Amino acid sequence: MSTELQKPDATAATGHTMPSRESADRKQLTQGRWAYTLLAPSLILLAIVIIYPVLNAIIMSFQKDSGLDPATGFFSEGGPAGFENYTHWLLQQCTAPGGGSLACPPGTLGAQFWDSMGTTFFFTVVTVAFETVLGFWMAVIMARAFRGRSLIRAAVLVPWAIPTAVTAKLWFFIFAFEGIANKLFGTQILWTGSEWPAKWAIIIADVWKTTPFMALLILAGLQLIPDEVYEAAKVDGASTWQRFRLITLPLVKPALMVAILFRVLDALRMYDLPAIMTQGANGTTTLSILVVQQIRQGFNTAAALSTITFLVIFLVAFIFVRFLGANAVDAATSSGKAK
Amino acid sequence: MKSKKFLLPAAVAGVLALSLTACGGGGGGGGTSSGGASGDAANNLDGRGPITYVQGKDNSNVVRPLIEKWNAAHPDEKVTFKEQSDQADQQHDDLVQNFQAKNANYDVMSVDLIWVAEFAAKGWLQPLKDKTAISTDGMLESTVKSATYNNTLYAAPQSSDGGILYYRGDLVPNPPKTWDEMMGMCEIAKQNNIGCYAGQFQKYEGLTVNAAEAINSAGGKIVDDSGKAAVNSAEAKAGLTNLVNAYKDGNIPTEAITFQEEQGRQAFEAGKLLFHRNWPYVYNLAKTDGSSTVKDTFKMAPLPGKDGPGASSLGGHNIAMSVYSKNKATVADFIKFITSEETQRFYATQGSLAPVLTKLYDDQELVTKLPYLPVLKTSIENAVPRPVTPFYPAVTKAVQDNAYAALKGEKTVDSAISDMQAAIESAGAK
Repeated sequence: MSTELQKPDATAATGHTMPSRESADRKQLTQGRWAYTLLAPSLILLAIVIIYPVLNAIIMSFQKDSGLDPATGFFSEGGPAGFENYTHWLLQQCTAPGGGSLACPPGTLGAQFWDSMGTTFFFTVVTVAFETVLGFWMAVIMARAFRGRSLIRAAVLVPWAIPTAVTAKLWFFIFAFEGIANKLFGTQILWTGSEWPAKWAIIIADVWKTTPFMALLILAGLQLIPDEVYEAAKVDGASTWQRFRLITLPLVKPALMVAILFRVLDALRMYDLPAIMTQGANGTTTLSILVVQQIRQGFNTAAALSTITFLVIFLVAFIFVRFLGANAVDAATSSGKAK
Repeated sequence: MKSKKFLLPAAVAGVLALSLTACGGGGGGGGTSSGGASGDAANNLDGRGPITYVQGKDNSNVVRPLIEKWNAAHPDEKVTFKEQSDQADQQHDDLVQNFQAKNANYDVMSVDLIWVAEFAAKGWLQPLKDKTAISTDGMLESTVKSATYNNTLYAAPQSSDGGILYYRGDLVPNPPKTWDEMMGMCEIAKQNNIGCYAGQFQKYEGLTVNAAEAINSAGGKIVDDSGKAAVNSAEAKAGLTNLVNAYKDGNIPTEAITFQEEQGRQAFEAGKLLFHRNWPYVYNLAKTDGSSTVKDTFKMAPLPGKDGPGASSLGGHNIAMSVYSKNKATVADFIKFITSEETQRFYATQGSLAPVLTKLYDDQELVTKLPYLPVLKTSIENAVPRPVTPFYPAVTKAVQDNAYAALKGEKTVDSAISDMQAAIESAGAK
């Protein structure tokens, strides 16, 4: 975007003064320096806010957590750990009482790593799938012109406007044993007390909350499709299904992929809903919950886990951007062109 | 266009990193100071001057009047109140961060008794001996035990709490003294078509409390006096088996697996439970709640045990002194003020906080105001502090996960107990 904007300016400048080649170079040089000076504050800020903590977390992840010195009863520094913190999670190896290592026994955080990895991806795939389908449907409805459209659009946003922690508490009460869900359907399901109901309770709450976000992003994409295209298709005798499949879908794809990318990244670090609704019981412990629980037991091991989580999410994002064509920047430029 | 394609993953990485940072926020500088502990603990023992008292949200407005009273009497050693949030986890993390920063402005703090061992082992708490000694005469023994780590007193008991068995006096003429007796009375519940017994069985801290009570009441232990895992015993298995069988038989209703304190209280108040284990706070609510159907019919008894009163898990807070405080002499005086009979009486009447001084439980004036005191006294006298160990978060996790699996029948009591033992051992081995 920015380069395209600058080009006309640059040609205009040369057109006016027609300077010698040397001074143009010089101007470019000083301008570059000036630009860096102007950029410096934000770069420094980014370094402090992003790069330092990430590097610090990585450095910490190679340190052992402090251990108890049996002689004094006090904690002492753990020293360098090598990859021990990483193998602790990836291979689920815990320290044995006499030294050495053993498979983490049930009831330790280490024993939950792969389970929570699976849970996290399960939640991601299922919730994003539901949200995409429902969101698309809602977007198609909202894109139509009808009386009260703006009211509907505002109303749809309500779940998204409620903070997640509040949503979680809300659904916690709905899914309590004596709660509305059981009363309404006359059932006696232990929603938060058994595995699959607990998972579905969280999925329902998440879909309720974030479908509006999906719907709005898709709606933005739908509105970029010019009406003339549909009219032309109609004239050519395309059926509704053909119009949807051959016009709507391909044209909305950039916006759709970006929406899915955002939701996937969001869902992979899901924390609030399971933390409040089930405290991670009954197979609802996500990676983020595991990180937070580990922080209270040892920072360095937690740093290793959050680094692993970071790499996993980064990998997923990379696959999306590289192979599935979800590209936030491209979507932005194509929307600019459509105007 | 090409360069943009290249930049995007970097931009995404940046956004992700930002979210990662939010997760790892508590991690800054995880170093601990064991060697320095003796150094800091020896400093400023005679220091006097203004200090800061740190405590979680003061819901019943007891702290401010107390501090006003203290400040009026000590104009040169004024106390400032730093109020934390009302979430225990956040209070814990706030204290940890300030200890790590060696913040001299966190002089004296209210510490949940399960954190004492951890903070003491990190070298953050001033041992209360020699110049900073605090007398524990007349205090309930189990509360003193909860403030002791490695045979050294690291905090002074501030307020206490214990489990009470609430029961339906209209249906049960004499309260059960033992667990078996109580299970025998479940016939009455069946005839009246209500649930028999419930405590807190959701997977959270409350389950540790209830599982520990079952294990301790049967004569078992979770960790021994030196903090080593000691749960793999026949007694501990018998204790957990009591809970597991009661759940399997339906004596503990199915939905109790989703109960925290509040859900259990509501079920009891709605008349759906014959027996209910909960904390003293339920008394006032069950007496006054508009929705309570058991206002005039419920009664209280000590928790049932194997042959007599059961071993309640101890709740409550201790007050501790930071090794980094500059005015330790003032802090010691303030701790004496907080644990004084007068203050303890004020805690009980104003804040409904159970006192730590034995004699207040027999005080006629207090008992008229808080009729649960005699029962609570038996409860706390028989109470066992939850495992005193610097690895408390890992220990409670080991207890919760395995007890929960056993309750739900996902594993046998035997394997639950041996997994519990292994998990606690591996936590201490780090």
